[in-house]
Amino acid sequence: MQEIPKPITSLTWDNAALISMKVAKKLNIKNGQMLEISVGDNTINIPAFITPGQNQKSITLELGYGRKFNGRIGNEVGFNVYPLRSSDSPSFILNGSIKVLNETYPLASTQDHHGLEDDKYAAPGFDDLANKEAQSRIPELVKQSTFDYYKDNPDWVQKKVEQHKPDKNRSWADHSMYNPDWDYSKGPQWGMSIDLTSCTSCNACSIACQSENNIPVVGKQQVMNGREMHWIRIDNYFAGDPDNPEVSTQSVACVHCELAPCESVCPVAATTHSSDGVNQMTYNRCLGTRYCANNCPYKVRKFNFYNYTKDLPEVVQMAMNPDVSIRFRGVMEKCTYCYQRISSARITAENEGREIKDGDFQVACQQSCPADAIKFGDINDPNSEVSKAKRRNRDYALLAHLGTAPRTTYLAKIRNQNPMLVSKSQNGSYQ
Amino acid sequence: MSIKSKALIRAEKLLPGNQDFTSITDDIAGVPEQKKTPIQWWLLFGLSLSLLSIFVGSVGFLIWEGTGIWGINNPVFWGWAIINFVWWVGIGHAGTLISAILHLFRQNWRNAINRFAETMTLFAVICALVFPGIHVGRIWVAYWFLPLPNQMGMWPNMRSPLIWDFFAVFTYFTVSLLFWYTGLIPDLATLRDRAKGLKKKVYGFFALGWRGGNRQWQHYELAYLVLAGISTPLVLSVHSVVSSDFATSVIPGWHTTIFPPYFVAGAIYSGFGMVMTLSIIARKVYNLGHIITVEHLDKMAQIMLLTGCMVGYAYSMEFFVAWYSGNPYESFAFVNRALGPYWWGYWAMIFCNVVVPQFFWFEKYRRHIPFLFITSILVNIGMWFERFVIVVITLHRDFMPGAWAMYNPTMWDVAIYLGTFGLFFTGFLLFLRFLPMVSIAEAKLVLPESDPHHGDSHE
Repeated sequence: MQEIPKPITSLTWDNAALISMKVAKKLNIKNGQMLEISVGDNTINIPAFITPGQNQKSITLELGYGRKFNGRIGNEVGFNVYPLRSSDSPSFILNGSIKVLNETYPLASTQDHHGLEDDKYAAPGFDDLANKEAQSRIPELVKQSTFDYYKDNPDWVQKKVEQHKPDKNRSWADHSMYNPDWDYSKGPQWGMSIDLTSCTSCNACSIACQSENNIPVVGKQQVMNGREMHWIRIDNYFAGDPDNPEVSTQSVACVHCELAPCESVCPVAATTHSSDGVNQMTYNRCLGTRYCANNCPYKVRKFNFYNYTKDLPEVVQMAMNPDVSIRFRGVMEKCTYCYQRISSARITAENEGREIKDGDFQVACQQSCPADAIKFGDINDPNSEVSKAKRRNRDYALLAHLGTAPRTTYLAKIRNQNPMLVSKSQNGSYQ
Repeated sequence: MSIKSKALIRAEKLLPGNQDFTSITDDIAGVPEQKKTPIQWWLLFGLSLSLLSIFVGSVGFLIWEGTGIWGINNPVFWGWAIINFVWWVGIGHAGTLISAILHLFRQNWRNAINRFAETMTLFAVICALVFPGIHVGRIWVAYWFLPLPNQMGMWPNMRSPLIWDFFAVFTYFTVSLLFWYTGLIPDLATLRDRAKGLKKKVYGFFALGWRGGNRQWQHYELAYLVLAGISTPLVLSVHSVVSSDFATSVIPGWHTTIFPPYFVAGAIYSGFGMVMTLSIIARKVYNLGHIITVEHLDKMAQIMLLTGCMVGYAYSMEFFVAWYSGNPYESFAFVNRALGPYWWGYWAMIFCNVVVPQFFWFEKYRRHIPFLFITSILVNIGMWFERFVIVVITLHRDFMPGAWAMYNPTMWDVAIYLGTFGLFFTGFLLFLRFLPMVSIAEAKLVLPESDPHHGDSHE
């Protein structure tokens, strides 16, 4: 749990004092700069983290960190903020004061760009150029509109999709290296649909996936090196006024491209397609050239840079899912569409002498999603939940113009905001 | 002025002073025959050996611990290892270009530097080949690259550019080695004839019974010509194939058709840079200024000017295409190169590869040896940065801003890179000590005496 990125901040391992960009600018606070926060006689030291959307008159602190007796993943993680909490005001403290200290503390965030403007206050990698570009890509990646607009133009997403459709009649389609010549019209063909309108970016899918698929916890230092292993991640994008931004979130896992760029570049054919349309990794064939991950436009492949499971205590080893192999150092891994669950459902169905039917099983992220935003199933079955979701007019594929034909598609985000709360910068007019 | 007298003048420029067959043999063969190894050689060799031990140590640690010791991460899955691989392969280009293509074009000025360049190629390609082997996650199964029949029924994926790459570089290495060895046979025989005892036996073994007979020379010339013909397409193919590692991908900044010719031009550029660096050092240390002359350096500088302008053209063309395509991902990839957080890498590349060679328009700079020496080193710094730009700057920001990250190399990245210099120079210094660094037989070709019509030229 320590390594699951927190919603919005994407912080792992530590808690921090979340401050607004305006306060940071006024007091010249950089990300990770230590603050001394005092309430009455009690003071704590805690690093600052500039967070879009934080009210400029407030600081958010999280309880439960900085414990002393909590085993190897709990000790000395984060900062204890209980000293500030009193029985008079358990949740809100009104009369605190802060002092900026002249030291910094490294914070591990899984996403590098949270600043909206002014890279002076951001960590390296948060620069203006990147922020501007990231914001300009939001309408392409996280398709969204206001409810009013959607009511008037219910087919706007499909019009966009049409624009970016790769032309199948072009000559390259016949000569493509990515063309596996496979007939996908037969048998169960697995697919997924993620509804961005329902998604609250809570990260439950990510932790469910981690425990289902024996995904290693890599530690703070490795997260800082950008080596977190989560097979499904939440990307957060912010636009507009840094104090009241428009937030777009998107959960991204392997989208199981039918014409997968990763498959053609692997020198040893360790990543291939199954007959039911799943892009699979053969761990014991992988030799770790990492070319597949470079060529993945979604950047969802994760590499075992070290042997992360070497020093797992025996009790943790016993807690591993026995249906999923533990990956050794030097191999690539990624979302499998919980293939172990597919297989066991198939075996059960075969034993009972019937076809797999919709709802026989759920994949881990789908099962854990509190908003029911994730649908998974057979896309060849027109009555499956996933087929119904994919028929909706909000359905689109991520980076469709590349012609990768992903099996996971998204349902565009429709905002229906209270007009009283919407600031000028949040007009939601992305389409 | 008749053609012959022109040739004479050229010969005098290439080999000034009163040189004849004997003096050339004495000068060149004298180096490996030295009784006492020069102190400079020992100093350089000691330095190389210590770098080599760094290499062995850090590669050992890499194998023990895993590729995690490097700075690579998600999304920059390739780092210095691949940069160094492409860089060393690039350096390895000049050898065969000088030996094969210039031989086919009858550019006799190459005769003073071709042995040098070929040897450099061999060791550079060895350094390059180290990286595909050690950069993989599971080094102990790296042999799966090879199409070996096995009980698993597995075969390499022939659609993968890494497999093409593997074959291209290995072919290049094999042909370069054969070419180098074939050219060496007459010289090995010369050394054998001048040596005594065990040395005579060793040189004799490798000289393959060469006697210098007329028929032997005929066969030799033909074999050499055939090998030159085989090598010539390889000069163009190796780096074209290396570039397809990038060009066949979907990543903006890699997915470009300009890569093959641009990589080849860059490779020749860096290869000549390295030949220049090494030959300036060797002619100084061994007093061979009359054999590797300023004329040779001038000619190499002209080729560097040409290839430097070609890569400069490629850089500007990439920007033009990024803009003209109207593809926002492509455009951003290039803007991010020039103005992003790694702007210094991009501008270091532009300065070293485009600005610096412009001085070679002027003869004064082409013949100024300290200037040439500094430039030749800058050229290779620039070419290293070119690969840095292509590998790191492209990968660190591609399609999904949610996955963007920065890349920081670790001390192990640096150690292994420096270590390959140890590998390279240890090999090269051993070559300088035991083999003729200039082709004795071919250096004589530019003497007036070797012109069959030499006797007729008294007009």
